[in-house]
Amino acid sequence: MSEAAAPVTTVAPMVAPHGEVLLKLTDVHTYYGHIHALQGISIDVRAGEIVTLIGANGAGKTTTLKTVSGLLHPRTGRVTFEGRDISKTPAHTLVRQGIGHAPEGRRVFSRLTVLENLQMGAFTRSQAEMKEDLEHVYDLFPRLKERVSQGGGSLSGGEQQMLAIGRALMARPRVLLLDEPSLGLSPILVQQIFSIIQEINARGTTILLVEQNALQALTIAHRGYVLQTGSVVLSGSASEMRENEMVRKAYLGEI
Amino acid sequence: MRPDIVRVLQPIVIIAVSLVVVWLLLGGTQQFMNFLTLGAIYALIALGYTMVYGIIELINFAHGDLFMFGAFVAMWILTVPLGMTGAVDNPLQLTVILVVVMLPTMIVMGLLGTFIERFAYRPLRHAPRLAPLITAIGVSFILQNVIYSVFGPSPVNVPQVFPLTRFEFLGGRVSFLSLFMVAIAVFLMVLLQLFVGRTRLGRAMRSTAQDREAAELMGVDINQTIAITFFIAAALAGAGGTIQGLYFGSVQFNLGFFVGLKAFTAAVLGGIGNTTGAALGGFVIAFIEVFATQLGYSRWSEVAVFTVLILVLVFRPSGILGQQLGERA
Repeated sequence: MSEAAAPVTTVAPMVAPHGEVLLKLTDVHTYYGHIHALQGISIDVRAGEIVTLIGANGAGKTTTLKTVSGLLHPRTGRVTFEGRDISKTPAHTLVRQGIGHAPEGRRVFSRLTVLENLQMGAFTRSQAEMKEDLEHVYDLFPRLKERVSQGGGSLSGGEQQMLAIGRALMARPRVLLLDEPSLGLSPILVQQIFSIIQEINARGTTILLVEQNALQALTIAHRGYVLQTGSVVLSGSASEMRENEMVRKAYLGEI
Repeated sequence: MRPDIVRVLQPIVIIAVSLVVVWLLLGGTQQFMNFLTLGAIYALIALGYTMVYGIIELINFAHGDLFMFGAFVAMWILTVPLGMTGAVDNPLQLTVILVVVMLPTMIVMGLLGTFIERFAYRPLRHAPRLAPLITAIGVSFILQNVIYSVFGPSPVNVPQVFPLTRFEFLGGRVSFLSLFMVAIAVFLMVLLQLFVGRTRLGRAMRSTAQDREAAELMGVDINQTIAITFFIAAALAGAGGTIQGLYFGSVQFNLGFFVGLKAFTAAVLGGIGNTTGAALGGFVIAFIEVFATQLGYSRWSEVAVFTVLILVLVFRPSGILGQQLGERA
């Protein structure tokens, strides 16, 4: 299953690389048993950027994030973070090194309260740091503050998404991986979540965003990659990708 | 705030009323103390079943034998290094002896529990669920046979360090021994609740039980958390074993089977995975057993216990306090 479809087309020179490369995937191949899920992915994320991965179901977006956060490990290829090779590092130590991951489907701890969920997010941090970060998260998501003692499972979908993002922020990551943050949310909430993502980025957190909602993602992102059956088929600055014929047809719903 | 007061008082009132009702049903203090001691032992063991199930969804069939093993460790410490033969009258000395017996027993059992997890269950963590279950039965045989080959098939006496002094209480005679044992068990259970409910590691345990991968993304070392869970579960079994030996005066290599089965029933009855439920279940099972004896049907007490188990599994499979599974949104 190696004949990947389209040729790699780089649209235009990148526009907004703010800093040095923070996260780098070089020819990464990841497997689920015998299934060859990532077939040689190379991605750069620079400090301060929002980079988005778009593509159809099964293209390998979630697998890419899991390979970065250490839930999966590449069979060949390298993942480096701030210059260190993290290809074999287990997930729980990567949190300490600055990689935060809000996984697909929110995965909040439903039988823990909102506060306990946030405390879990700060598992790797000291008590004093946590107090400060809690205020920061309540600042971004005032709704969470109103619901501190409620069970995570009793929140609405949008609130759970806020909790999932807030929880990941509690570890104060330098790069935040967001997997489908807009999934299942109402249009107004989608807008809200996207503007919060921009705000998190403006406060200095680098973001790697996976989205089905390609148009929204390309609106807030600096750069994007299009994934197809485990390979990068297109990459470039977000604005140019929005103009790209193939992207418009395949992912922005134009006919 | 009023709701807070209600929240704190409600369980206390419920417990007090149930205890009075049980006292009346059991016809007084004598049987009531039997119920409390037996309940404490079952509860301590049931907690281990429920914690291990909660975190790796394994019915640890070796857990009853860990309890038996703990009873032998406590007996050994009393007889060999301490050289005890009879009652100790000085309360201070008695307390020291109990600490010197129970604490090392709990630590040794905790280490044995983590050792078993590390070498018997961890390699099978991604195997089909039947594999660790069968392994657990195998571990159970190993533990029994180790004790069998060292101490032999017949019951071994445990030195009775407690003086037989009793005092009158509400028309019955209460021994200091049973009072002391119940107090220790309740203390350990409260400690466990606080640990699981209020501490950072306790939160990590609950998170791991709910969603292992998400807990990992929070920075929780899953292997370490599971090891800690096994340590606590086995240590509690060790405490239960110590109580068992001191209370009944003898220990035998096959003791773990039936007691383990009843404690497992208690865990299911309370709602497996739920620590409060396990403690409650332990006392309910003890009540059924003692009540059957009280009515003159002591031979039927086990039948009664397992009938209740069947009824629970048919009509309320999630147990008295169990949550419905699959509530993840």
